[in-house]
Amino acid sequence: MSSDTLNNEPAIKTHINSDAGCGQDNTTNNTKISVRDLNFFYGTRQVLFDISLNIYDKKVTAFIGPSGCGKSTFLRTLNRMNDIIEGTRHNGEILIDSKDIYGEKVNLVQLRKKVGMVFQRSNPFPKSIFENVAYGPRIHGIKNKGELENIVEKSLKNAGLWAEVKDRLTSNALALSGGQQQRLCIARALAIDPEILLMDEPASALDPKSTTRVEDLISELKENYTIVIVTHSMQQAARVSDYTAFFYEGDLVEFDVTKKIFTMPAKKQTEDYITGRFG
Amino acid sequence: MKIKVQDLIIFGLIRLATYFVVFIIAYILLDIIVNGIGAINWEFLTTFPRKGGSEGGIFPAIVGTLYLVLLTIAIALPLGMASAIYLNEYAKQTRFTHIVRLAIITLAGVPSIVFGLFGLGIFVIFLKFGTSILSGSLTLACMILPTIIVSSEEALKSVPMQFREASYALGATKWQTIRKNVLPYAIPGMLTGSILGIGRAAGETAPILFTAAAFFFPRLPGSVFDQVMALPYHLYVLATQHPGMDEVRPIQYGTALVLISLVLGINIIAIFLRSYFIRKYKW
Ligand SMILES: Nc1ncnc2c1ncn2[C@@H]1O[C@H](COP(=O)(O)OP(=O)(O)OP(=O)(O)O)[C@@H](O)[C@H]1O
Ligand SMILES: [Mg+2]
Repeated sequence: MSSDTLNNEPAIKTHINSDAGCGQDNTTNNTKISVRDLNFFYGTRQVLFDISLNIYDKKVTAFIGPSGCGKSTFLRTLNRMNDIIEGTRHNGEILIDSKDIYGEKVNLVQLRKKVGMVFQRSNPFPKSIFENVAYGPRIHGIKNKGELENIVEKSLKNAGLWAEVKDRLTSNALALSGGQQQRLCIARALAIDPEILLMDEPASALDPKSTTRVEDLISELKENYTIVIVTHSMQQAARVSDYTAFFYEGDLVEFDVTKKIFTMPAKKQTEDYITGRFG
Repeated sequence: MKIKVQDLIIFGLIRLATYFVVFIIAYILLDIIVNGIGAINWEFLTTFPRKGGSEGGIFPAIVGTLYLVLLTIAIALPLGMASAIYLNEYAKQTRFTHIVRLAIITLAGVPSIVFGLFGLGIFVIFLKFGTSILSGSLTLACMILPTIIVSSEEALKSVPMQFREASYALGATKWQTIRKNVLPYAIPGMLTGSILGIGRAAGETAPILFTAAAFFFPRLPGSVFDQVMALPYHLYVLATQHPGMDEVRPIQYGTALVLISLVLGINIIAIFLRSYFIRKYKW
């Protein structure tokens, strides 16, 4: 299957969700990421099976499913973070803006600049708040101090952290609270001006108040970014996402508009999971 | 009841063992300090030995040991750190790296006299560096490389994987990640471990016996191709080869005291560095 044919058929081709998105909202959905028949292996162990789905531009897509079903693994294929784990391999295609991200000429630096990531456990560098946010832009060649200051301020504002830290940008990031650290990591990811933001359980270690802040933030950010979020909280998925994908043991069981998944899922498995009967 | 008694006995034995170790170290230190302190004065530290070491000072031996140590650092530190970075950050786990690691561990257990003979064969004779500071430092560097590599690798391993991941996810290349987000946190640990190895290099006699050391050299070394006097070798000769072994006892003790102070000083620097950086980088 060449990428050219794919470019000409933006509609979703999976059997599961051929009518996804229809009638739910009137805005047109542009496919940002298109995954085709993705299989993924850690060594000889296959953890993803024939995954095909589309992720739409400027929408929030949630991945849900029981622990160990492959959500993080799938998320990490989207910015090729699995490349750094020895012995991993995959087949199938992942297209972002119609370009195969595993293609030969792909520049990893450019890919990861375009696809930012926020990790499950907040992981600020043991540097100052400023240096944390400026790290990405510096790597991508921005040296001018004023320009860096602008980026840092803008990113921290976008992440809703500016007001809390503007007077102590030079203090160590590890002195921040857990919720602040997570928002700092979001700011750090925003600082490289990505188009897509991958978030792996961004609120799992946070108290309810910080969780609400992060969720609000996601709703604001989707104006400008395509967001993919992994979450264990059904409520969170229902609150923040436009689309939801349910994974089970490496299979994509169901992918549809969030409202539909949570009101009338097509599969019994999905229903059982979201109603808390297993998982 | 019975268990309690057992506990007490075992605890007592362990405590005894600890006291025993401390006692021995304290005894050696005290003996050297008490007997050596009298020999130490400005003249002893700053003049050349006279009459085959029976009179005068140990100035050239102090300078020689410093030269040897400095050149050893200059050779072994970059080499060891680079190897550790390669092994820990770049190399895949293959049969080859497995063998390399095995070789490093084995090397750490090789007696120092073997390094001395190796240095004689390779650096002095084969590479024609002669008996010189260069040959001696290269030999010492070989000896402490395993220590430096192992401790540097430990330091690199202790940097959380998440820092690397976060850096890659921001689009950093491997080298950018290592340089900006691994080394700054690892270097303190790398240095402290390495300094302990360097302290050992300062005190060893066997590796420099055939490769660098001269019992007497009338001037300070002018280049790395000169022979040098060195504290451990000077002590060795005074204590075992000198015709008037007993008369020069105070000089032996004085030399030992200077040598021990030097090594302890190096180790204390390492300890301070470590506690300083442990406080600075917490995660
Ligand atoms: N580095 C790895 N090496 C080998 N197997 C791995 C690795 N990482 C994950 N796996 C395995 O792959 C499967 C999917 O893991 P993954 O982390 O993607 O699950 P997940 O859905 O994100 O789970 P959770 O909700 O607990 O985070 C699991 O069975 C896991 O054991
Ligand atoms: Mg996960």
